[in-house]
Amino acid sequence: MPVSLPPRARLALGAGRAAAAASRLLRRGRGQVVGGRVMLKVDPALITRLAAGKQLTLVSATNGKSTTTRMIAGALRTKGRVAHNLTGANMGPGVVTALAADRAAGFGAIEVDEAHLPAMAAQTGATQLVLMNLTRDQLDRGSEVKMLSRRWHAMAEQLSDKTIILANADDPLVVWAARPAPSVVWVGCGQWWTDDAALCPECGATLERAADGTGIAPWRCPACGLARPQTAWSITPDATGIVTPDGTTLTPHLKLPGRVNVGNAAIAVAAAAGRGIDPAVALAACEQVEDVDGRYINTTVDGHPVRLLLGKNPASWAEMLRIVGTSGAALVTVLNARGQDGRDPSWIWDVPFEQLAPMPVWVSGERRFDLAVRLDTAGLELRGVTEDPLAGLAGLPAGEAVDIVANYTAFQELRARVVK
Amino acid sequence: MNAGQTIAIVHLFPTLMGTYGDGGNLLVLARRAKARGLTPQVVTVGPGDAIPAQGDLYVLGGGEDAGQVAAARYLRQSAGFKQAAEAGACIFAVCAGLQVLGTDFEVAGGAIEPGVGLLDAVTRRREPRAVGEVWAEVLPEAGSAAGLPPLTGYENHGGGTALGPAARPLARVVSGIGNGSGGPAGDGTEGVVQGHVLATYLHGPVLARNPELADRLLSLAAGGATLPDLATPYVADLRQEREAYVRSGKLSADSVRTRR
Repeated sequence: MPVSLPPRARLALGAGRAAAAASRLLRRGRGQVVGGRVMLKVDPALITRLAAGKQLTLVSATNGKSTTTRMIAGALRTKGRVAHNLTGANMGPGVVTALAADRAAGFGAIEVDEAHLPAMAAQTGATQLVLMNLTRDQLDRGSEVKMLSRRWHAMAEQLSDKTIILANADDPLVVWAARPAPSVVWVGCGQWWTDDAALCPECGATLERAADGTGIAPWRCPACGLARPQTAWSITPDATGIVTPDGTTLTPHLKLPGRVNVGNAAIAVAAAAGRGIDPAVALAACEQVEDVDGRYINTTVDGHPVRLLLGKNPASWAEMLRIVGTSGAALVTVLNARGQDGRDPSWIWDVPFEQLAPMPVWVSGERRFDLAVRLDTAGLELRGVTEDPLAGLAGLPAGEAVDIVANYTAFQELRARVVK
Repeated sequence: MNAGQTIAIVHLFPTLMGTYGDGGNLLVLARRAKARGLTPQVVTVGPGDAIPAQGDLYVLGGGEDAGQVAAARYLRQSAGFKQAAEAGACIFAVCAGLQVLGTDFEVAGGAIEPGVGLLDAVTRRREPRAVGEVWAEVLPEAGSAAGLPPLTGYENHGGGTALGPAARPLARVVSGIGNGSGGPAGDGTEGVVQGHVLATYLHGPVLARNPELADRLLSLAAGGATLPDLATPYVADLRQEREAYVRSGKLSADSVRTRR
C-alpha cells in the first residue's frame, strides 16, 4: 500500500500530471521532465515522500546506467511491482515522475545522473546504490570525472549502514568513491577504458595495472596501497560468465551484444540477489532485456535490417567498435554536438577508429565534417558524407544490413524516425 | 627536406594530459609527415619514463589539475627535455600544456605550481571558465607561426595566461576568450610563441582543424624545410562550417551555460 500523502503532495501530483499531459498534447515530448518539474515546484519534498516505504535501488554511471537499471527492474519484477524511469529522465524531475507513476510499487529501480546522485540518494534514502564507472563525457559542462568521483566519495562518507553500495571494483574512481561507505559489495563488472584513471584518486601517484587485456585486471597504487578490492561477484576474464559469491559460474545468454553488457548483468544480478532474488532467476530476467529506449534495437528501414547503437563518449564508442567491427553490416555514423551531447566533439579523436580501417563507412549528422576528418585520418573508406544519416541507405544493395551508431541527440531523432 | 628523413616526435604524457582528444594531434602529424615522404617516429613518454633528448618535435596535450601538476613535475626534472629545449627542438603544447610550459600556474585551491619556464607566461585562475568555440587570426608578429591562416578550435579552461616581454601571442581572437587574462573577456590574445615553442588553448584537436599549423610544426622539426602542399579531405568543409557558426550569432547563445 502506498503511504498516504498530505494535501500539498496530492496537489503536486495532480499539477504534474496535468503538465505532462499538456506537454504530450503539444507534442513537446513524453512529458516526464515537465511533469516532474511542476511536481517538485509545488512540493519540493515530494521525492522523499514518495520514496518512503519503497525498497529503492539507484543506478549511476557514465555508461550503462539505463541498461543496468532495466535489467534490475526486470529482475525485481519477478518479486513484485517496480517503479522505474523508462526514458532515461534521470535528474530530480525524472526520478519524481517514476516514483509517482506507480505509487503502489514496493520496489524501485531508478537511473540517476552522475552529478545528481548524492542529492537523489539523500532525498530518497535508497537502500541500494549501484555505482559502475566514471569516464570522460560532455567535458564542456565542466563535470570532470575526478570531481564526480569526489562528490560520490563525499556522499559515501554520509551513508548509514542501511544503504548498501554495489560498486564496480574495476574502476579506480568508483572504488575510491565507494570505499568510505559502511557497507559495500564489490562486483568485478570489468572496465576496459582506463584513460581516465591513470592516477590514483587517493594520492595522485601513477596506478599500476596488469596488462592482461581483460577488464578485470588487478590494479594498485604503489604509493598509498589503494587497490582493486576482493570481489564478491565478478565476470570471468573472457567476459562470458558471471561468478557468484559461492563460486558458481553463470553463463548469460543476453539478447544485448558486447562484453560490457555481461558486466552490466553481473552487477544487476548482484543487486537483485541483495533483494533476495535467486541469481539464476535474476539473470534470466536480464537476458530478456532486448533494447533500452531504442539502444540496440533492430528495425527495418526501406527494406534494410537496421540496428541502432548509442556511441556518446569515447568509452561507449570504443565498445561499439567491437560490436560493429565484426557484424558484417554496413556502418553509418552520426555526430551532433548540441548541449545534451557536449558542444565539443574533440572526444571522437579518443576513439580508436583505426581498429576498423579500411572498412567503408557513411558519415552524417550536424558535425559530420568533424567526424569525416577523424575517420579519414583513421584510414576508413568514406562512402558518403551527408547530413541525413539515412541518405546512404539508398545506395546499398537491397536488403543489406546496416548498423547505425549515433550520439545522444542524433540517436533520439533517429529513433523517433525509424522505430514505429 | 630529404626523402625518407626521419622526424622524431615525442608524445609527452598522454595518460596525464590528453583529456580532450589531443592525442589526435599526433595522428595528424604522423599522417602529414608520411604523405610528404618523411618517416615519423612517434615515441610515447609515460609517467616515470625518461624523455629522449634527441626528439625533433615534442607534443604536450591538455588535462585536469592532477595530471597537469604531475606532468609539470616530470618535465621540470627531466634532463632530456631540458637538453632538447636548449638545442632548439620544436615544442608544441595545448591548454594545460601551455600553462605547464610557462613560468608558473595556479591550480584549484589556489596553490602556485612552478612551470617548466620555456614560455614567459604566468597563469592564474580566471572566472568565469572560458568554454566555447574559438576563431582567431594569427598575428603577423607571431614569430615562427606568422603567416598561418586563421585558427579554429574549442577552448575549455579555468586559467588566464599573461605573457611577459619574451613571449609573443600567437593570434588575436575573433570569437572566444583565448589566453583570458586581464578580466572576464580576456585581453584578446590567444596562444604563445617563443622561439621554437608554440602553444595554444585550442582543442579540436587543433592540428586536425588547422593542418597548416601541423605543417608548420613539421617544417620547424625538419630544420625549416618547405613541405609540398597537401590537400586534406573534408577539412575545408569543416573550417567553413565552423567559421559560419562563429559568425552566425548562435555562438553567444550557446555559450551561456551554468556549471553543474
